[in-house]
Amino acid sequence: MEISFDDVKYIYQPNSPFEHRAIDNLSFTIPSGSFVAVIGHTGSGKSTMIQHLNGLLIPTHGEVRVGDFSLKADRKKTNLKALREQVGVVFQYPEHQLFEETIQKDIAFGPSNFGVSEEEIQRRIHSSLQAVGLSSDMLERSPFDLSGGQMRRVAIAGVLAMEPNVLVLDEPTAGLDPKGQREIMDMFHDLHEDKGLTTVLVTHSMEDALAYADYCIVMDHGEMYMQGKPLEVFRQKEALNAVGLEVPEIIELLAKLEAELDISIPYEKQSLQELATLINSKLKGGAST
Amino acid sequence: MNSSMVIGQYVPGKSIVHELDPRTKISIIFFFVIIVFFANSFMSYLLLTLFAVGSVFITRIPLSFIVKGLKPVWFIIIFTFFLHVFMTKEGNILFTIFSYPIYSGALIQGISISLRFFLLILVTSMLTLTTTPISITDAIESLLDPLKKLRFPVHELALMMSISLRFIPTLMQETEKISKAQASRGVDFRSGPIKERMKAIVPLLVPLFVSAFKRAEELAMAMEARGYQGGEGRTKLRELVLTKKDYYVIAFFILVITGVFLTRQ
Ligand SMILES: Nc1ncnc2c1ncn2[C@@H]1O[C@H](COP(=O)(O)OP(=O)(O)O)[C@@H](O)[C@H]1O
Ligand SMILES: [Mg+2]
Repeated sequence: MEISFDDVKYIYQPNSPFEHRAIDNLSFTIPSGSFVAVIGHTGSGKSTMIQHLNGLLIPTHGEVRVGDFSLKADRKKTNLKALREQVGVVFQYPEHQLFEETIQKDIAFGPSNFGVSEEEIQRRIHSSLQAVGLSSDMLERSPFDLSGGQMRRVAIAGVLAMEPNVLVLDEPTAGLDPKGQREIMDMFHDLHEDKGLTTVLVTHSMEDALAYADYCIVMDHGEMYMQGKPLEVFRQKEALNAVGLEVPEIIELLAKLEAELDISIPYEKQSLQELATLINSKLKGGAST
Repeated sequence: MNSSMVIGQYVPGKSIVHELDPRTKISIIFFFVIIVFFANSFMSYLLLTLFAVGSVFITRIPLSFIVKGLKPVWFIIIFTFFLHVFMTKEGNILFTIFSYPIYSGALIQGISISLRFFLLILVTSMLTLTTTPISITDAIESLLDPLKKLRFPVHELALMMSISLRFIPTLMQETEKISKAQASRGVDFRSGPIKERMKAIVPLLVPLFVSAFKRAEELAMAMEARGYQGGEGRTKLRELVLTKKDYYVIAFFILVITGVFLTRQ
């Protein structure tokens, strides 16, 4: 589903001494089916922004559109439940939302709230559990007996079981081990491709933004700082450093090679091995002439 | 965080009221609460009202913010007023509403009782508005110090208070976070039949308890790891000291009290 923000502003606790303008002047459009990375320093308003996507927050000013749904300050009733069925949100540390006695029941919670039939729920439990890489014989266990990483996977399965069209991920891999991080990110990417989802990923990992996203939104102090294709955004090292962000190491290396040795290699998601071979051949080629 | 609830919320600031020793504030409020029940004339009420509203003014916290935050209390104040107006039968009949006589004594009674109530709430909420929970517990510990002689666990009590106060905002944030997560999974906390709404509490409460217990365990472990062993011989990072300001304010308050007693009838 297409997502668009039109001059959105959000103020926490308006008209009080704690009033805080968390986002302002935010306008962008995300075409249906794209994978967007939202990056920015802590406190730049990323989490606030994504909470508009399923109507947890309603803009103080401006309009948010998700597919045919519209969220606006003065509009009375948008069917939030229907919107939330379409937009699955994986929050930061989603394992904190587990509460049922068994993994099975916890995964079934979302779909049954939306009135999905019992058979369909069973099918979804198995497919989402498989997607997050857990085996079906865990279904009767308590989610509280699992390791942190496994709990995370169960919580994610609970969101996937809603089979949303838009998947919103707020730092979904924070605090996981590197292998777990890659597995989960690969899983989200595969799902995105297979199901034709629209995915919005909030991340602190520039590497992930580069590897998975086809569009980047950079936020700073609640406002749009930059947007564009990952390669275009990451080309602007100084601008990113100015707001406390780094450039992925690979991009930095290629930029250095170009600046210091005059070797230009366009980045096309090559693996480290492929890049090493390329650089090697260029260096040798350069030396022979 | 719930923005409509002012009671118990600290608003940072730099006014005299903020900077007073918390013991001064607690003592003044303690005596104010007692004095309010001694007021019985127009002048004595006026003095107390001026004192309370004046102090609010000095804090620079917008009055509108406080008044709005006292919303749940307004109802009780107004209810008390009408209760007294209709139930008291003293003085002359002023007028009748639907052939129900309203006495002059009733009006005075209604106004004074609800004014007392308002003043009490205003002054006590000002304590929490201008004092961090930590200084309040420090002050209570210091004020209760004499009880230590009677083997009363003052330090432990203060510690329990400050830990609970410290975790109230954390718990509120957690509540908000989890209710948002469950709302995203299709729970509706706001509408639907009561039975459904009661059921919707479970997915909120279970994670809250789980995380509260986990937090308590971690805190206990961290305290033990740092060798915490109770109040004996423990020094304070922030010593409470009475300054000139405190003495001036106390002197002024004694003047007000004297004024109230002089203008009583
Ligand atoms: N519930 C809230 N009440 C008041 N202020 C908030 C609340 N949530 C976030 N904020 C503030 O809004 C700003 C943006 O926060 P957030 O959207 O969480 O940023 P990010 O996810 O980029 O770290 C921060 O300054 C934060 O302190
Ligand atoms: Mg965040």
